[in-house]
Amino acid sequence: MKSVTERKIIQQGFMDRMDEDELLNCMRCGFCLPSCPTYIESGFQELQSPRGRIALMKAVKDGLLEPDEDVERSLSLCLGCRACEPVCPSGVKYGHLLEEARDIIQQNKKQKAPVKTVRNAVFEGLFPHQNRMRTVTSLLGIYQRSGLQKVTRKIGFMKLFPESLATMEKVLPKVPKRKEMNNRPEFLPAEQKRLKRVAFFAGCLMDTMFLETNNGTLKLLQKAGCEIVIPKTQGCCGALHGHSGEKAKAIEMAKLNIEAFEHTNADYIITNAGGCGAFLIDYDHLLMNDPEWYPRAKAFKEKLKDITQILVELDFHKHVSLHLPNQCITYQDSCHLRNVMKTAEAPRLLLQSIDGVQYYEMKDADRCCGSAGIYNIVESEMSMKILDSKMKNVIETNTTTIVTANPGCLLQMKLGIEREGLSDKMRAVHIVDLLIEALND
Amino acid sequence: MISQIVKDRLISIVGIENVDDSKAGRLVYSYDATPQFQSLPDIIVSPRNTQEIAEIVKLCSEFKIPIVPRGSGTNLCAGTCPTEGGLVLLFKHMNQIIDIDEENLTITVQPGIITLDMIHAVEAKGLFYPPDPSSMKISTIGGNINENSGGLRGLKYGVTRDYVLALEVVLPNGDIIRTGGKLAKDVAGYDLTRLFVGSEGTLGIITEATLKLIPMPETKKTMLALFQDIEAAARSVSKIIANRIIPTTLEFLDQPTLIAVEDFANIGLPTNVKAVLLIEQDGSKDVVDKDMEKIATLCLEENAESVEIAKSEEEADALRTARRVALSALARLKPTTILEDATVPRSEIAKMVRSINEIAEKYQLNICTFGHAGDGNLHPTCLTDVRNTEEIERVEQAFAEIFEKAIDLGGTITGEHGVGVMKAPYLEWKLGKEGISAMKAIKTGFDPLNILNPGKVFAKDSRKRVVIST
Repeated sequence: MKSVTERKIIQQGFMDRMDEDELLNCMRCGFCLPSCPTYIESGFQELQSPRGRIALMKAVKDGLLEPDEDVERSLSLCLGCRACEPVCPSGVKYGHLLEEARDIIQQNKKQKAPVKTVRNAVFEGLFPHQNRMRTVTSLLGIYQRSGLQKVTRKIGFMKLFPESLATMEKVLPKVPKRKEMNNRPEFLPAEQKRLKRVAFFAGCLMDTMFLETNNGTLKLLQKAGCEIVIPKTQGCCGALHGHSGEKAKAIEMAKLNIEAFEHTNADYIITNAGGCGAFLIDYDHLLMNDPEWYPRAKAFKEKLKDITQILVELDFHKHVSLHLPNQCITYQDSCHLRNVMKTAEAPRLLLQSIDGVQYYEMKDADRCCGSAGIYNIVESEMSMKILDSKMKNVIETNTTTIVTANPGCLLQMKLGIEREGLSDKMRAVHIVDLLIEALND
Repeated sequence: MISQIVKDRLISIVGIENVDDSKAGRLVYSYDATPQFQSLPDIIVSPRNTQEIAEIVKLCSEFKIPIVPRGSGTNLCAGTCPTEGGLVLLFKHMNQIIDIDEENLTITVQPGIITLDMIHAVEAKGLFYPPDPSSMKISTIGGNINENSGGLRGLKYGVTRDYVLALEVVLPNGDIIRTGGKLAKDVAGYDLTRLFVGSEGTLGIITEATLKLIPMPETKKTMLALFQDIEAAARSVSKIIANRIIPTTLEFLDQPTLIAVEDFANIGLPTNVKAVLLIEQDGSKDVVDKDMEKIATLCLEENAESVEIAKSEEEADALRTARRVALSALARLKPTTILEDATVPRSEIAKMVRSINEIAEKYQLNICTFGHAGDGNLHPTCLTDVRNTEEIERVEQAFAEIFEKAIDLGGTITGEHGVGVMKAPYLEWKLGKEGISAMKAIKTGFDPLNILNPGKVFAKDSRKRVVIST
């Protein structure tokens, strides 16, 4: 139970910081309800809907309600998929409200010592430091390659962890060796004619655990006619921090990235992870109260594009021949790519332009898969419910390949395949890796 | 407040997981989609079947606890706002299709099913359930029945009432009754089915419904007619119907609404005209073609600037979407959107639209108008800000005048949203004192303890009618 003073401080935070206009903008029409995964999976509980959560935030701000455990629970059970935003008649910026509310609660909450230590280690010690990310990832590589993984599995060590984490251990990609992660040139020329100059946002996880996908992205960009700059000083996008109530740290990361990309003189900044892209595109909101940084954030935002968008814009799929052995494919939207970056057509178009591919749209492809950053670990139960519903729709399509556009979704879909015991007939793959496979060099 | 004894008994009826009296839980059921209404219930209960509802009702009648039945809370008359506290009854467990009877062309459902889910199930069998309230993606069929919801197809096909054949109802004393049946003809006694439809949860709790289905129409066409004169558009509506054509849909949007919709949806709507009519006809191909041709001629005779039939289903869908997002688009312009529901005989549409504009000007308010012109059901929508108390007062005065005008033209204070709390003060204008007494007698007959959705439909005080010079 939170102490009285703690609740009072949090309440004051709501009064001071929550955007009243945005809260009032919610007309409570309920149009968001059918799009909300937690509302549906909780058996239609208003408390687990966007309309309900906004009502809670407003009630705390208005002094009608104390920020008790139930309020905090409701806010933390939100995936932050933002599927409620495109369907909202009033255009309420739900994602911004949620981030602010989580930050207020997180920053004013007395944490138990172990929680504090873990949060510090992850948010301060690990993600902001790409070299440490490399170290941790390479440790994972050693674990995978040394035979330790086999031993761990054999003795059932992972059974001590939540189910999602235990399965996750099985589906993590084979990570590259440390040496491969270190050497990346800062400039890559276009293949043949240069059409655009782009800057590549490498990401933290994407540039370690998913290095292959990043390499593939660069190759696709070069083939599409882009010369590429990869600023060395860039870092993690800050999404993980922003979504977990660590706003100050997220702002720090945002500034670092804006600075890193400002002098690249690029037409576009390219991302290949929906989650990062959506956070980057919101930098202007994050920095809106900073007169110096706001215009710089705005300029940054305007250049941002997902890899699939630029490929379609440059008619990549018309200029190269894409071919795969006959297979049926379906696409799982990255929530943030679709709902925030508004990119839904481009990946589908690219997939449909591959020879040999039969594309099937799955039911509710736009609904969150339950990955949502670290949600599948901290809210394992709800996440697995959402995943199981998702897998039902996947299985109905009778496809053998699930394509995604975000590392979190990719791992979650792999996890889903594993849970359904389908790993011998079905695979999940990032769209970039599939396009690389399909290239007829 | 609910005592521990009552709470324990509720738990013994529905199980602990279906009873919630936490502060956060109560707060999120303190409102519906109606602006400016909020009130905390004491407890939220989610029964799993009719029997449990009967037991809950008996318990509430023993302790005189108000019961507010609630679907998805999308209504616009504060009908599901628990203004007197008490127990909010949720239907989230009762959302099943019981059967689709293809021989009798009926569907029987539990009240908690989302209307669109039900429509999808019906259409999968090649059948048609015409009522299509704009909220159908969210609202439940139980809510539609209780509010007697309308929709875009109301002109030709009628409203929810016209499709309800039978009901199972728990009465305020806990009795379970069944009204109607899968029958085309049934004159056995009073028509209780019709009485419960639109009763706004004040007479009984609907726990099952059998609805009429019809065959799916063969074809459908969609047309957009543009006008530089609002009244010419309104006259076209009257003329189409006077010429014995009943289109499926005959929708009206004024210029401010058009501009807002186009800004939001970017589908190439004409924003330089004063009004548009969105017209649809369905049926056999030759009849549809003939009707659309005749409608086009009639609009052009009334000086329509242009008349265009959608070339493809995509184009038609874009036009329908444009109408459906009207409220959405307007909602983005100001913090508070008050959507009203004044209805007149369709011959009076032109006069009503003109009066709305005059009243908006008189009170210096931003009122956009769109709606179901074909059935006379208009939605004057005021864009305002609840924090501006002085303006909100003017909004109330303006709407009072709009209702007054509607009644003077032979219309009503609500065409499809219901009375709830929102319109209760105006009900007497429409019914007269005697009408209210008759209705109250029915209410008292069914619910002498006044435990079912109290405070709705009947106001403590009626507003005085203003007198408008015409």
